[in-house]
Amino acid sequence: MTDQLNPRFRFDAYIIGTANRLAVTAARAVAESPGSAYNPLFVYGGPGLGKTHLLMAVGHLGRSISPGLTVDYITCDDFVEAFHAAIGAGQGDAYRRRYVDTGILLIDDVQFLTHRREVQAELLRLVDQMTSAGRQIVMSSDRPPAEIEALDERLIQRFAGGLVIDIGAPDFETRVAILRRQAEERKQEIPPGVLEVVATIIDGNVRELIGGLNRLIAWQSVSDTKLDPDTAREVLGGGPAPSAGGTAPAVSASSAPSAPSVESSGPNEFDSFLSDITTTVSAQVEVWRARVGEALLRWEGEGYRTTRLSGLLDQESPRDPMAVINGFEADVLKLRELEAEAVELEPSLAGNPAFRDPDDLKAAGALTERARAGSNPPPGPSPLYRLEEFVEGPSNRIAVRAAHAAVEEPATKYNPLVIVAESGLGKTHLLQAVGNAFAAKEGGLVACLGAQDFTEELIEAIERDRVAVWRARYRRVTALCIDDIHLLQGKDRTQEELFWLFDQLLGQGRQLVFSSAVPVRDLTGLEERLRSRLEGGLVVTLGAPERELRLGVVERALHERLGSSDPELAAYLAGRPAESLRAVLGLVQRLLGAAEAQHVSPSAGLAREVLESPMSGAERKSGATRRSSGIVVTTSGGVKSAEKMVWDWPDLADRLMEDLR
Amino acid sequence: MSLVNFTSREITCKIVYYGPGRSGKTTNLHYIYGRVPDTRRGKMVSLATQTDRTLFFDFLPLELGTISGFSTRFQLYTVPGQVYYNATRKLVLQGADGVVFVADSQARRLEDNLESLQNLQQNMLEQGIDVRNFPTVFQYNKQDLPPELILSQAELDDALNFRGVKSFGGDALHGSGVFETLKGISEAVLKRLAQNTPAVG
Repeated sequence: MTDQLNPRFRFDAYIIGTANRLAVTAARAVAESPGSAYNPLFVYGGPGLGKTHLLMAVGHLGRSISPGLTVDYITCDDFVEAFHAAIGAGQGDAYRRRYVDTGILLIDDVQFLTHRREVQAELLRLVDQMTSAGRQIVMSSDRPPAEIEALDERLIQRFAGGLVIDIGAPDFETRVAILRRQAEERKQEIPPGVLEVVATIIDGNVRELIGGLNRLIAWQSVSDTKLDPDTAREVLGGGPAPSAGGTAPAVSASSAPSAPSVESSGPNEFDSFLSDITTTVSAQVEVWRARVGEALLRWEGEGYRTTRLSGLLDQESPRDPMAVINGFEADVLKLRELEAEAVELEPSLAGNPAFRDPDDLKAAGALTERARAGSNPPPGPSPLYRLEEFVEGPSNRIAVRAAHAAVEEPATKYNPLVIVAESGLGKTHLLQAVGNAFAAKEGGLVACLGAQDFTEELIEAIERDRVAVWRARYRRVTALCIDDIHLLQGKDRTQEELFWLFDQLLGQGRQLVFSSAVPVRDLTGLEERLRSRLEGGLVVTLGAPERELRLGVVERALHERLGSSDPELAAYLAGRPAESLRAVLGLVQRLLGAAEAQHVSPSAGLAREVLESPMSGAERKSGATRRSSGIVVTTSGGVKSAEKMVWDWPDLADRLMEDLR
Repeated sequence: MSLVNFTSREITCKIVYYGPGRSGKTTNLHYIYGRVPDTRRGKMVSLATQTDRTLFFDFLPLELGTISGFSTRFQLYTVPGQVYYNATRKLVLQGADGVVFVADSQARRLEDNLESLQNLQQNMLEQGIDVRNFPTVFQYNKQDLPPELILSQAELDDALNFRGVKSFGGDALHGSGVFETLKGISEAVLKRLAQNTPAVG
């Protein structure tokens, strides 16, 4: 059994042309995710076209991706032999257990299974066992399964169930590329035009091609005359090898290279020198043609329009060919970036021809732009909250001023801005208000949402395999506002995504705003790298509202609801004890509810009556109100009004809205 | 600096033969001159003393004709090897594309070789030339002398060629190694030209 992979047979040494592109792509896919892409993968093609190379390349890549992966390479002959030996020794079971731990099994030359019924049955069992266990099996053969004589029909079906793909003979350009790579690997300098001759004369398999090159290298090492295309043609065609003095050494792989004669003299010396220089010069000055040709081959092979490059070759002496190639390649890179972005937003755009024409970047840009426009914007801030309406008092002055400053100088003044406050002190209000202020800026695209929703969105994206699209949505925003960041504690994946998003947005000069109910240093369930980034900006705290702030809030609430504010009422309400702004607003709600029920206008007297006289138990029971999802519902059904909310759960009995009708 | 000029389609290479006095630099040029057809060579300019010591420098222009559409011209120079002509050597070295260091293989001249090599490096440094990747080859001349008088190529490589560039044994008087050396330096220069020349427009 051969379990060693030839170290040279890797993907990067595999020259890709049109005849083998599909096979290589499939093989790569298999190596990258063994057992899931195409299983089994069956590659067939004539001898010397690179089947073994491909098989081993799968093994190498598989191993390099997951170093713990067991890769077994075996030729069919070895497989048969080992099987017979095991059966002969009564070790059939042991043999069957042999590949239990194999992650990728590579079987070469499967065509030798012809007429071997028992081995075929064994292979069938092995294929079934491996595919059902999600382990990869890759086979090669010189012909398609159906043409392998007397092959078990079930095996043919199994192979067809994976992927059967052929490797064709390389085209001319690929042959030249293969030869060039070989010559480079051996550090052999082959004069221009010679490799092309080899590729023309030998049009069959790669092994013969390399054999041809070997003959030329051997000839070159023992001959004083430099190779040129004509000589190469004669050497490969079997004709007499020419030489200056008719003393051409016989070419054979074993002949020792003779030392170059130092005694040669005469008028030929200059001619010989001249011919050498000619070769060197043409190789050097025409180097741009070779480079253009290589670039042309490469980008054409990848499906890009290469008119710009082929135009170069039509010119006798272009001004700056290398700059054209570099420019072309830079444009291709741009196209790739545009395509990557567009595909993230809209997967169906993958492979769109607009992304293959480096001469028309505009079209590609427009397509990407459309994809951007077509994708859903991330959730924005609620338009109800406005920064200019946010009531300012001593307890929140620093935070509010910081918010204004952040809006005035986005991403430079305070980034990120972190608002820390206990529940009901207005952090969501402030966050949303800042979000609105950013959204109102020209070109502003603001994502503003709760941490919980952020996580939910990510989970949904993972489920639907749209994480890339999800990320792309957020990467476009000019400001990201996330509420209740403390809810991300322990949510590792969301934290990781947020971390990358954080860095990216920060790097692009976008504003980040967060709110948390827990002081940043106490966010122990948050990754340190994220926590430290939060602390890296400005952390502001909203304190419990003092009377001044309460008064402002009450006045604004009364003004909004009644159109005017009774100073006595406002002063009374602001004087009531309340630990949060939410509680203050709760007082206003209760008062207004009572006034509406009694059909009187709200006044300080009514407020005293409502807020200071405890309700009797009977009254409470007779109340027509039922609680449901925090919304107060009348007996007649339906939500009475949006403001009939349960404002503060801890003091439920005290603060429930009552419909007294 | 000489260049590959894509506009005028010209290649011009200036190659300087450097080395201690009497090592055979001018002999190299004479041999080449003798092998080049009349149509290809310009007049060899040689300013020598009565005892055939180079006083100023030798200059041999070679027209190699049109190669790949480029009119190709080589200019071969020698410097005076004698120690006191350093100003001339500096002058000749200006704008050189490659240097052939012609060393005298005789064991007793090793010190002179080293001194000349140091002088070359110093002069190149003064001109801002990076000696590490400047096209240079060595020719160990007078290898035809009796073995007991000379150092072998390997020994000379050890002593002089510490950058491991190409080196050639030679007998300039009879022409052995002369064209090999010229070929070696030409290839080194041309390769570097093509690498360095950003396709001048």
